[in-house]
Amino acid sequence: MPNPTLLVTRRLPDAIEARAARDYDARLTACDTPMPDVVAQAAGAWGVVCCPGDKFDAALIGALPDSVKAIATFSVGYDHVDVAAAHARGIAVVNTPDVLSVATAECAMLLILAAARRAGEGERMIRADRWEGWAPTQLMGTLVSGRRLGIFGLGRIGRELAKMARGFGMQIHYHDVARLPPALEGDAVFHPTDATFLPVCDVLSLHAPGGAGTRHWLNAERIAALPRGAVVANAARGTLIDDIALIAALKSGHVAAAGLDVYDGEPQVNPGYRSVENAVLLPHLGSATTETRDAMGHLVLDGLDAVLAGRVPANLVR
Amino acid sequence: MKSKLILGCLVPTDVVTRACAMFDTVVAPGPNDMTVPEMLAAATDHRADAIVFTNTLPLNAAAVAALPDCVKIGATVSVGYDHFDVVAARARGLVATNTPGVLTECTADFAFMLMLDAARRGAEYDRIMRKGWRYRIGQGDLLGVRVTGKRLGILGMGRIGRAMAQRARGFDMEIFYHSRTRLPPELELGATYCATFEAMLPHCDFLSMHAPAGPATDKIVNARTLALLPDGAVFVNASRGGLVDEDALLDALTNGKLFAAGLDVFRQEPDYDLRFAALENVVLAPHVGSASKETRNAMGFRALDNVASVLAGNGPIDPLWT
Repeated sequence: MPNPTLLVTRRLPDAIEARAARDYDARLTACDTPMPDVVAQAAGAWGVVCCPGDKFDAALIGALPDSVKAIATFSVGYDHVDVAAAHARGIAVVNTPDVLSVATAECAMLLILAAARRAGEGERMIRADRWEGWAPTQLMGTLVSGRRLGIFGLGRIGRELAKMARGFGMQIHYHDVARLPPALEGDAVFHPTDATFLPVCDVLSLHAPGGAGTRHWLNAERIAALPRGAVVANAARGTLIDDIALIAALKSGHVAAAGLDVYDGEPQVNPGYRSVENAVLLPHLGSATTETRDAMGHLVLDGLDAVLAGRVPANLVR
Repeated sequence: MKSKLILGCLVPTDVVTRACAMFDTVVAPGPNDMTVPEMLAAATDHRADAIVFTNTLPLNAAAVAALPDCVKIGATVSVGYDHFDVVAARARGLVATNTPGVLTECTADFAFMLMLDAARRGAEYDRIMRKGWRYRIGQGDLLGVRVTGKRLGILGMGRIGRAMAQRARGFDMEIFYHSRTRLPPELELGATYCATFEAMLPHCDFLSMHAPAGPATDKIVNARTLALLPDGAVFVNASRGGLVDEDALLDALTNGKLFAAGLDVFRQEPDYDLRFAALENVVLAPHVGSASKETRNAMGFRALDNVASVLAGNGPIDPLWT
């Protein structure tokens, strides 16, 4: 029996494309932008691998050929896939939970350190050959070691960050919808309200989900409640921050520095960020390590293999 | 009457204020640190009891010999002292001190930042953002290297090397180290000792330098030793530029041997080798490992405390020779 056909809508890491081609009749693409004709390309396909940015809404899923039995998204989030519509057609959906936690927490720790220690400014000065020697207050940053780290959202990624930050002698505080059990909380101090949480955040790192409930959570009022000279990091969702308020605080110095991997409205970014020296900016690459992207790809294929074999994959979206 | 101090390097305001309160202080007028001739002239003219300086002022054997007899202590505001000829100081009876301890955490934070930044391509990403982004980055593009769970080799397991190891444990890294002597278990904390630098290198997915500069370590990172690293390793140096053969490092960064490097120090500073500035896979910093307000103040205060202790007849707190 021939291998089932698998449509892949985006270019994937080499190792993943190789495995897909080994185990499936894989229709690969060299393209990094959304595929305009997914339905036509899916003709005769058993499965489809998609990415965030591909809009698999009810209309598209309804138009897929009957041959499609599985959709795998190369991401944790599946806002872009209408899961109910897929299930109504008997199509299984799998995603890539958990495997991004460590890489994203690493990214957050990098953003904290790089922002606090003014890495971007130092880089720009030295590459432009503007390094004229030592001066007493030149590029003097904020000491991270021993400071209080406030984590908004102590889920998997937040807890990985807490573990890393403990190695830097940081004291961990957190705010979340509910207190965690002691085994997960460790020595982190729970704050049920913003009122006690924000004033202890020498460093504030956001790890809450996006959506309407947290939209612009970090607004002017909450920024004002942070200690003067606080450092802010966001490797979660751009919508968590009111960009206008944060840019104003970076300019006034109330927030000493910010490290951002995500933006409200990305890939459009508030141009105000590009004009401030005290922001370290990354283009949403929190999970962009070879190891993590390979792990995501293997998890996608593991899930598809399980569906094909009639088993229930661990990463099935229910 | 207060003792006379020459403050030959520019230091934060709080340190100048304290120096002036403690001593009859001659402050470097700026905008640069004093040169050796300026320092010698100031020490002679003012009959100085003590001089405070940093690594911008090479106090070599000739300079030490040229100091007037009235100078009893030379205090460098730094942990490294390759710019200070301690043998010559000892021969002359000049007390020599540095400022260890107070910059440990700050420097380890910075070295770890460089390691993460180099591995995760943070500086390169920041340049993309400041140019506007505006294009799709594929799932397989611009990928960095994971730090968590990898092997870290540390050359020099002193205070800063151990602080680096402590941070690395939070990332579940396996730690290897080479030092002149093996540490006791309570300091080693499970790190694997390698009897030679060369024996350690094949284990180093990441290599971080925390050794002093000097004849024993000059260009210890060279074409021969870099070749012993695994392909795709990441190199970090927040200690001293003299440890590195920069031609060999540039080769390794451009021929794919190294994935990336994070560099805070260079053989020539501030006139560092501009060939590094042409590379995307290096993170560059202008020797700011100890550049936080808290740390720079603590370093200055520590140098002043050493001066005060010596001039009060109580001996140095951080002697470089005994």
